[in-house]
This record gives sequence, structure tokens and C-alpha cells, in this order.
Amino acid sequence: MMNEKLKLLAICIERGKVDSQTSYPPDMQGQSGASELTRELLDEDVDPNDILAKALMVGMQRIGDKFGNGQAFIPDLLIAAKAMYAAMAHLKPYFDSGAARHKGTIILGTVAGDLHDIGKNLVRMVMEGDGWKVIDLGTNVSAEKFVDSVRSNPGSMVGLSALLTTTMLNMGPITQKVKELNAETKVFVGGAPLSQQFCDKIGADGYFPDPQSLVRHLNTKPN
Amino acid sequence: MIKVLDRIQAGEVLLSDGAMGTELQKRGLPTGACPEEFNVTHAEIVQSIYRDYYRAGSDIIETNTFGGTRSRLAIHGKENEVYRFNRRGAELAREVCPPGRFVAGSMGPTGEILEPLGTLSVAKAYDYFAEQAEALAEGGVDIIYVETMMAIEEAEIAVKAVKEKTGLPVVGSMTFNLTDGGVRTSMGVDAATMVGRLTAVGADLLGANCGTGVEVVLAAIEEMQPLSPLPFLAQPNAGIPQMTDHLIVYPETPQSFEQKIEQVLQFRIGILGGCCGTGPEHIIRLRTLLNKHHPVG
Ligand code: B1M
Repeated sequence: MMNEKLKLLAICIERGKVDSQTSYPPDMQGQSGASELTRELLDEDVDPNDILAKALMVGMQRIGDKFGNGQAFIPDLLIAAKAMYAAMAHLKPYFDSGAARHKGTIILGTVAGDLHDIGKNLVRMVMEGDGWKVIDLGTNVSAEKFVDSVRSNPGSMVGLSALLTTTMLNMGPITQKVKELNAETKVFVGGAPLSQQFCDKIGADGYFPDPQSLVRHLNTKPN
Repeated sequence: MIKVLDRIQAGEVLLSDGAMGTELQKRGLPTGACPEEFNVTHAEIVQSIYRDYYRAGSDIIETNTFGGTRSRLAIHGKENEVYRFNRRGAELAREVCPPGRFVAGSMGPTGEILEPLGTLSVAKAYDYFAEQAEALAEGGVDIIYVETMMAIEEAEIAVKAVKEKTGLPVVGSMTFNLTDGGVRTSMGVDAATMVGRLTAVGADLLGANCGTGVEVVLAAIEEMQPLSPLPFLAQPNAGIPQMTDHLIVYPETPQSFEQKIEQVLQFRIGILGGCCGTGPEHIIRLRTLLNKHHPVG
């Protein structure tokens, strides 16, 4: 039953079925969408991490693959993103720790030239949930903006996200400029096309394939 | 002086230029910096590229204004420089343009997505393009290329704005991908939709530029030709960019590019050139090729 629902939710993300009210896609009219299914799964005590990994990410991966093969187009990705956000809105409170005191501050943003923000927003959600203060600079963030923010928030770490093989190249100069201001500032990077090797090459302090591993690292490292 | 459109309509194939962005980077534009700002801060560099293309044999060179709409300049905090950057970009080209050659104003996408999927309104998009087109016209361009478009509505608005605000000849060119169902832009636009809608708003040439190489531009024009009596612009990339360390490299050498592009000439081409990854070396090759196909005099 739960597995059926996870499968259905993955389909809603892939096809961009936001909620039961939306008329798109026409063949799914009147059915529950990403919003309702996520709510129901949470009410059935399904782990939010499972909802993320087994449904939301699966649907996104599928539509991404179709796009890569020329079977889907940007409008399809945009509608999938809408469905993803509708689902994420329900997950947010579950990641919220409610902690009053922050463990530290991270300045987070998607790098210059890049508009993908779903991954970055997930990192934000998970980090806030784990008790970190997140200063979210949004998407298409220039080196100058990161540096300005580091200057006005001394002692913060920096988190960079990029989803394009072209924009990941902007991570090098950004890391460099942040380090020029203060060599001690930690810069962490993530995003689908990255690797530890790339991270090492640009002189960043760590690559994390998902927000959970980033948080785990921060919690174990002596501060 | 004979106008650019007259020559194309008389059956001539005019040679355009290669890439601007990659050339600027080679000559000192830092990654992530605003290319259009170079028109006022590094005029000599921009002009050296224009000059190199004319020397390589270009009949038409494109202004360094691809990202010159208000929305794109805003990424660099330069949204109030639309007039200055575009006008200067055109003037610099005019200054070095030899007699009998031409200057094309380059206009790329706004970088925003139109309503209802995105947040950009039709009226705002029109203003962005109108503002840029007027500045380019004042700077003295002979023709405007609306290029690398992916959304049909956006391409339409741009062509319309150019026509209504400047009356200049205009190329409507989009970027296609090869799919099992024929060529499509990333927004899903097929060749028939593009031909129909851009012709209706007054495009003087239709085109395919950028993309994954000569093959896709060839396929796009092959699909378009039976649907339209207009001449075409073909400006492909030098292949699919590949990553090596920190550099993006394009696989097509000037030689292999020339061999592939020869096939494009079987169609009704009015303007031929290159996009990302092509440089003056590629243009020299194309000049030789065109001279062979259409001997001068
Ligand atoms: C600081 O520390 C950290 C730590 C971990 C970090 C981290 C930072 N940042 C991320 N993580 C990690 O944690 C997250 C959770 O696990 C993960 O984040 P991700 O972001 O990886 O994962 C998200 C949770 C889910 N994934 C996503 O949200 C991305 C999904 C796919 C389908 C995708 C989408 C949705 C979109 N897209 Co785009 N898009 C694709 C994507 C294909 C795919 N399957 O990934 C990809 C990335 N897109 C691509 C392309 C080409 C493009 N897209 C574009 C546009 C878009 C939309 C706007 C339509 C939309 C984004 C909507 C939005 N609001 O974000 C264009 C670029 C626009 C721009 N300038 O940025 C455009 C260029 C298309 C075009 N021709 O215009 C491809 C990139 C190819 C490449 N090799 O570079 C692509 C792989 C699709 C494909 N198969 O071709 C981890 O990476």
C-alpha cells in the first residue's frame, strides 16, 4: 500500500501533477497529486527521507532522463519542479528541529549562471532542520555576492550548488575569492555533475552528494 | 550602397562570423564577467575581434550584445546600461566595418521564462527587446539577428519588436536539438511551428544557430526549407563541448567543420557562419569554401 503510494507520487512528480485541483496533465484530472500523496504518506508515518529518496528523487530522475533523451522539454521540467515544491512544502516541518540556538551559519547559493534551486533548497531544509542557520542567497549568485555575505557574516561557512557542467566551472573562481578574503572560511560544494576530484581541483573543502552527508560531516568535525 | 537584404535576395550567400564569447575569454574576459560591458571598458579588445573576423573574410560581423537585454544585464547589476552597451557595441563595429560589408546586431534570449510557466509578461519581454533593438539601430547596425531562441513566444516578441521599432531586416533564429521526432528546441518547438509563427511576424530570414554541431543545424534547415520561401541563416557550434579540467573545448577543427558545412550549402542559405567554439580560423575556411561554390564576379 505504502509502496504503491510512493510509486504514484513518483509518477506525479514525473508528470507534473501538482494537486487534485490542477487540470494538468489532462489524463490525471481529478486524481490526487504530489501534494495530497505526500501529506497522506506523512500521516501514515512514512519516513520523510524515504519519501524524498524513493518517490520525489525517482520522479525527478525519470523526467530528467527523458529530457536528456529528447522525449521531454523544459516546460515538462518546470511543471515537475512545481509538483516537487508542492511535495516539499509538506516535508518542511518534519525537517525542522525547532532548536533555538544555531550550531553555526552557512551561506548557501546556486552559483552564477545557474537557476536550478530544488537541490539547494533541500540542502537548506535539511540543514535548518539539523539546527544550522542558513543564509540563502538564491540562484545565479556571483562571487561578489558570496564574498559580500562572508564579509558581513564573519565565521560563516559557504555552500555552493551547481547542476550544469558549464556553471560548475564558476565554483573555482568563487571558492578562490572567498578564500582570498579569509583563507579559513570553509567552502562546501554539491550538485549532480560534481565529484570529490573536482572539489579537490578547485580547492574547496568538501564535496557532498546529498545534504545528509554534509550535515553528518559538520556534526562530526571538531569546530 | 547595396543593402544586405538585396544581396541575399539576389541569391548571394553572405559569410557571417564565428563566436564572440569564446574569443572574448581568450582575450581576457574573466569567467562570469559581463561580456557586453567590454564594449565600454575594453573597446580595443572587442574591436580586435570584429577586425579579425572581417580580415578572415566575414561579410557580416555580429555585435557583442548577445546578452544585452535589460534582464540579462541585471545578472551583472548593469540593467541601466542597456542603451550604452548596445549602442557602443554597434558603433565599434561600424568604425571597423570595411566598405561593402555589414554589421549585424545580436539579440539573444532574455534568460527569463514567459508566463504562465514563468514570471515574464509579454509586455515586459517586448520592452526588453524594443529597448535593445533601438540602441543597436542608433549604433548603426544593418540587420538584426534574433538568435539562440528556444521559446517560440519569446522569438516572436523579439522579431516583432525589432520590426516595429527599427524597421531593419531581421533574422529569426532558434537553437534545436536532434530527437527521434525531428528537430525540437529545448522548449519543445518544432520546425513547422517556428517557420509558421516567425514568418507571420515578419522575419526576413529564418535560421538555426548554436546547438550540438553542424548535424542539427543541417537537419533543421532541411526540415524548414520545404515549408518556407525565405532564405536561411546557418550558424552551428563547433560540435558538442567537452570538458577537460577547467576548460570547455569544442571538437570540430576548422577542417572538419568546413567538410561538414559544405552539405549545408545545398539548401537556400543566405547567411552562413559559426557559433560557440568557432573562431577566425573557421571563418577563413568557410570563405574559401564559399568562394569555391559561388565564385566572385
Ligand atoms: C553545499 O553542499 C551541497 C551539498 C549537496 C548538494 C548541493 C550542495 N547542491 C545539491 N546537492 C545535492 O543535494 C540534493 C538532494 O540530494 C541534490 O540536488 P540536485 O539538484 O542534484 O537534485 C534535486 C533535488 C532534484 N533535481 C533537480 O531539481 C534537477 C532536475 C532536472 C530535471 C532539471 C530541472 C528541474 C530544470 N532545469 Co535543467 N534540469 C536537469 C535535471 C535532471 C536531473 N535528473 O537531475 C538538468 C540538470 N538540466 C539540464 C539542462 C541542460 C538545463 N536545465 C535548465 C533549466 C531547468 C529548469 C529551470 C526548467 C528546471 C529547474 C527548476 C528549478 N526551480 O530548479 C536549463 C539551464 C537553466 C540555467 N541557466 O540554470 C538547461 C540548460 C536547459 C536549456 N537548454 O535551457 C541538464 C544538465 C546537463 C549538463 N550536463 O550540464 C540536466 C541534467 C537535464 C538533462 N538530462 O539534460 C544533490 O545534488
